Amino acid sequence: MPTASPAAEPRPGTDARPPDVGAPAPARTARQDQDVAGLGRGRALGFVAPALVVIGIFLVFPAIWTIYLGLLDYSLSGSGAKEPVFVGLGNYVEALGDPGFHRSLYLTLLYVGGSAVIGQNILGFLLAWYLRSAHRFVRPALTILVLLAWILPGSVVAFLWQALLDRRAGTLNAILDTSGQAWVLDHPMLVIVIFNIWRGAAFSMLLYSAALNTVPRSHLEVARMSGARGWQQLRDVVLPTVKRHVLTNTLLITLWTFNDFSPYLLTGGGPNGASEILPVYIYREAIIGGDLGYGSAISLLLLLANLVIAVFYLRVLRTKKEDAA
Amino acid sequence: MATVELTDLVKQYPNGVRGVDGVDLTIADGEFFALLGPSGCGKTTLLRTLAGLEAATEGFIRIDDRDVTTLDPGERDVAMVFQDYALFPHMTVTENIAYPLRIQKVGKAERADRAARTADPLSLGQLLERRPAQLSGGQQQRVALARAIACHPQVFLFDEPLSNLDARLRLEARTFLKQLQRRLGVTTVFVTHDQAEALAMSDRMAVMEAGRIRQVGTPREVFQRPGSLFVANFIGATPMNLLEGDLVDGRVDVGGGLALPVPPSHRHLPDGERVVWGIRPEYVGAQGPEDADGDVVAGTVAAVENLGVTVLVTVEAGGRQLRAVLPEGLEPQVGDPLGLRPQTDRVLLYRADEDGALIEP
Repeated sequence: MPTASPAAEPRPGTDARPPDVGAPAPARTARQDQDVAGLGRGRALGFVAPALVVIGIFLVFPAIWTIYLGLLDYSLSGSGAKEPVFVGLGNYVEALGDPGFHRSLYLTLLYVGGSAVIGQNILGFLLAWYLRSAHRFVRPALTILVLLAWILPGSVVAFLWQALLDRRAGTLNAILDTSGQAWVLDHPMLVIVIFNIWRGAAFSMLLYSAALNTVPRSHLEVARMSGARGWQQLRDVVLPTVKRHVLTNTLLITLWTFNDFSPYLLTGGGPNGASEILPVYIYREAIIGGDLGYGSAISLLLLLANLVIAVFYLRVLRTKKEDAA
Repeated sequence: MATVELTDLVKQYPNGVRGVDGVDLTIADGEFFALLGPSGCGKTTLLRTLAGLEAATEGFIRIDDRDVTTLDPGERDVAMVFQDYALFPHMTVTENIAYPLRIQKVGKAERADRAARTADPLSLGQLLERRPAQLSGGQQQRVALARAIACHPQVFLFDEPLSNLDARLRLEARTFLKQLQRRLGVTTVFVTHDQAEALAMSDRMAVMEAGRIRQVGTPREVFQRPGSLFVANFIGATPMNLLEGDLVDGRVDVGGGLALPVPPSHRHLPDGERVVWGIRPEYVGAQGPEDADGDVVAGTVAAVENLGVTVLVTVEAGGRQLRAVLPEGLEPQVGDPLGLRPQTDRVLLYRADEDGALIEP
């Protein structure tokens, strides 16, 4: 029988808990209100102003300009450039009825879902999981290789992949002994999906490596002592612990992949638009086609899509946090 | 129902460090056994090797005559309670307690039933649907215990089970844990760095140093007759008096004109041998300085420390210091003359060499 009566015990939350859970918020607010640096509002603003100006010119203004352009019949050259006509929501109406836009949106979802949400996520996690127990020579070598794919300039990487996939002299055809196989032409979406998995898995790997370090060793050991196999440990201990990291990672790589333009360097959106994801579509419409107004309108739609995704993830993340607390 | 038998057990790390260095130990069925030692002595490594979380480099581990040396932790039929309790934060109390059963593919209804039956006597009956974060430290500890109990293992392993509780709760938990182990009758090995815990709870204990076991015995044996200078230094709330000297005429001459008495059983020892004379401060009494009959150490009080009911008095005589735990009401002042009389039959003699072994009569 326990001799400790419940009343005599410390209240829940007074011990044996991570300090961040349920920490009182007011203390932080009070600290925020204090003028720690002692500058005063005016001078503090002076320090921040240059950065704000730069952000305003290069980020805020173009965004507003895009909204404005999206409402015009604005072209890159010719009379449309000189005297653009205000068309209101015309560009948007046109886009929503345009089969080209529909297809591009579909391809983008395929690309984001296949390469980021599924591909980079899973490969990155597996790499991080494997590296935990990898040999001490394998670990740095593999890490560097994966990181290289991430940090090399896009143009260099594109060239490497063209050399790999080339129809006549490509490395892949030489290895598989399938000379003449035109990978990029036959499977353009598959190629850019695999390309982006390869290129972006490093970030997920880094994030998950850090996340896996937060899994308490004793929790894994409890599972082992209970007889849990590797996949059971993964299911019962690891994934529940890193769940929020998975969400954060998925949010970030989703947004990046949505806006990713590098597949253009590989396929040019072709053949015949078969790999024309939204950023490429916008580029073709606005810059090559010269229809800046239409391109701006689609850009704004892309921005809205990103916003919706971000809000969705953040909401899920917040429910998770409340669950945990 | 299980005995635990460790034979020549060695755990060597890849860098050559031996966490466990040749341990031979037999723990009887139903025994509450403590592994005690300073941090880094290998006690936790020994427990983890026993659990199977570390692979033994050499030697054998037998549980009930079953060789488990190379078995996976999950196949050894042992349950461990970790220092941080290691409760899964995303599971309720019930799910936590029943987790090992779930891995063993016990049906959901039976799992819930067994979890409830285990939790009830631990006063967790009202908390079954809570998450660990909603529990106090003491409650979390009992959930961790319940998880170990629910799968009916042959052996319990506790790694510093009380160190995450605050001081007052620790005393209550100590009593509770001992009663629980008594009631369940399951062989239990627990690791602690707190000698008071080991002395209070265990049936037998082992004192470890540098991966080796220095002494095994009941708490009384270990406390009253430490088998070596290391154990003598380590065990005891107040440090033991240890003075090095030479045997002369059935006494130990520790210099400064002090010839300390030796128990009758040891008076046959040859003169001139270098020994360490030792006695617990608890076995040293006070006497007026005038009553000097040779066994009394007369000197002046150098320090007085209040221990609550008793006082620890340090007396300096001939450049040597002797400590005594004196009862309430007898509180000398610093500088006072005071005579101390060691209980001769409590005096222990150790060899003055590296091992510092106890000299048996």
